[in-house]
Amino acid sequence: MSDLQNEPQPRGAKVKGRHPVDQLEAANRFIAAEAHQKMHDQRLWDLRKKRDAQMHLIPEWEELRELASEIKEHTLDHLADYLEEFERNATANGVHVHWAQDAEESNQIINDILKQHQAKTLVKSKSMLSEECHLRQSLEKSGVTVIETDLGERIQQLDNEDPSHVVVPAVHKTRTDVSKVFVKTLHAEQGNNDVHYLAETQRETTRPYILNADAGMTGGNYLVAETGAVVVCTNEGNADLSANTPPLHIVTVGIEKIIPKMEHLAVFIRLLSRSALGSPITQYTSYFRGPRKGGEMHVVLVDNSRSTRLASEKFRAGLKCIRCGACMNTCPVFRRSGGLSYGSTYAGPIGLILSPGYNAHKYRNLPFASSLNGSCTNVCPVKINLHEQIFAWRETLADEKELSLSKRILMTSLGKLFAHPKAYRTAVQTGDKVLSYLPHFIVYNQFNAWGRQRDLPKTPKETFHSWYAKNYINKGKGDE
Amino acid sequence: MSSRDLVLNKIRQSCKKECSALPTVPFFHQDSKDLIEEFKKSLLLMGGQILERGQDDPYEFVKLKLAESKITCSVVPEIKGNRELNAETVPNSLHDVDYGVLRASFGVAETGSICLSERDFLVNTLGYLPQHLIVLLDPKQIVENLHDAYARSEWKQVHYAALHSGPSATADIEGVLIRGAQGVRSLSILLIE
Repeated sequence: MSDLQNEPQPRGAKVKGRHPVDQLEAANRFIAAEAHQKMHDQRLWDLRKKRDAQMHLIPEWEELRELASEIKEHTLDHLADYLEEFERNATANGVHVHWAQDAEESNQIINDILKQHQAKTLVKSKSMLSEECHLRQSLEKSGVTVIETDLGERIQQLDNEDPSHVVVPAVHKTRTDVSKVFVKTLHAEQGNNDVHYLAETQRETTRPYILNADAGMTGGNYLVAETGAVVVCTNEGNADLSANTPPLHIVTVGIEKIIPKMEHLAVFIRLLSRSALGSPITQYTSYFRGPRKGGEMHVVLVDNSRSTRLASEKFRAGLKCIRCGACMNTCPVFRRSGGLSYGSTYAGPIGLILSPGYNAHKYRNLPFASSLNGSCTNVCPVKINLHEQIFAWRETLADEKELSLSKRILMTSLGKLFAHPKAYRTAVQTGDKVLSYLPHFIVYNQFNAWGRQRDLPKTPKETFHSWYAKNYINKGKGDE
Repeated sequence: MSSRDLVLNKIRQSCKKECSALPTVPFFHQDSKDLIEEFKKSLLLMGGQILERGQDDPYEFVKLKLAESKITCSVVPEIKGNRELNAETVPNSLHDVDYGVLRASFGVAETGSICLSERDFLVNTLGYLPQHLIVLLDPKQIVENLHDAYARSEWKQVHYAALHSGPSATADIEGVLIRGAQGVRSLSILLIE
């Protein structure tokens, strides 16, 4: 077997309650597992390249990004009105709409719905919000059997590990890692690490749960206010199975996922899978507007600190996120350190700006897991200024001497630098200039964590401009 | 105060006072496109298949596929299956169906998608529990892109609909693409009025 298949899987950050997560420690272990690190890096970079290829096929790509950003901006400005419109329309369609202020209340509501229906088994499709709320753990405590139906999520559930990526939850695992999990939990054949065999094993062992479940759960990629519908994007068909087979369908969704009208949905569907996986669309784009005949449908609208973030001039743009994962796929730090090194539900660039909003102390190190290269901002389909927000968090956490509550940070008018792009650019540029004069031992010392694993590119002997002038313009080949 | 009112109040307090305008979305049409060819190309890319029309019987190749399989379930009058289906059929009873046959409401050239609604399924699990799906699509019902698709009236009439773009798929293990994840293993489309 190859080095890759022999190498044991590096595990994620050692999370100790509310203590600050040491992302760097976990990242170092991921980097030390060379073969895993290389596979992970290549796989995600491949997704990034596929995204670029799709982008080039759509002449209006940049216009779509601008529209998506503007639609989200507008919706956030009128969030309460649109949520009320959604509630009105969904209720008229026969949907039960619930509101939860935080994770605990959301879990309680879902627990209660299941209890009322005497539901003991729940099949669910992927939902980052449910990870955020630790819903599965909460339901299991009440004696409900919860089965993740997405392949990647199921692997992670069976391995007792969080998803490492919002779109590809088990991307950090090799086929041998998966095989070991399935041998232990699904009685798969020892040593058979054929990917088709492993996927088939999961399909065949999950199906009986789907057929016999008392309830099904999905997340929601979008809520459409105009029609009161929930839109879910998946590739495996598991969301449609989970929602359509059992008599009860529960949706858990963040309040920021709402968009006004169907015409806006088109913009986001065109962007989502192209940005996420580099495919034109997900295999299934499902639209749930009401219960089916004889069935019941519930939608739980969850706040969980989103309304607090909304008040922050600096950090509210994080609410535009459509969870495509493009910022993770392009991020050099994420690709080399793995999603589990962040020790938080949301990893990568979007995780750096969302996580401290939930707990500034626990996630105080995360905004430093970035080279501020801005690639995340460039690929974001809804134009979140990710790298600027990462920088603003560094400022904010430093200013606040880190100990203040995340809520206070979000609410106060900090991050003055962020409000002044010029000051920010100067700060970053100065950093670059200083770098080129510093001797090697200062750049690559123990305090510069990200210098350690990579050498900086050499400064070119001549600039592009002088090269171009010499080779083209001076030889008379240049354009007018 | 209820959680609903608490959340809504908090949002209202958090919102900016000045309000941004809602942009209108253009249709981004490129009228030069041959929609049928474009649809076929996109469908193949998503892992779907096109069934040719037979010379004498346009449904020849559909019937051939069904003849090879044990349990077939059709909700279109043109094709007969051997498993009856009506609106009262229990959703999970379709677990042993090999082929499901139905007709799509419309298609989307941009993505090779077909729209299937509860009216097309009769029982929604018909789209997901069978091993394979054969879908009839009227070529006149192919729209150019997703903007056209979401402007259709179906979305305001049904409780459930889905765009199917090829069969179910996953690449969750080492990026290896597998067609046939939790849903159907293949999706074949016959373009016919």
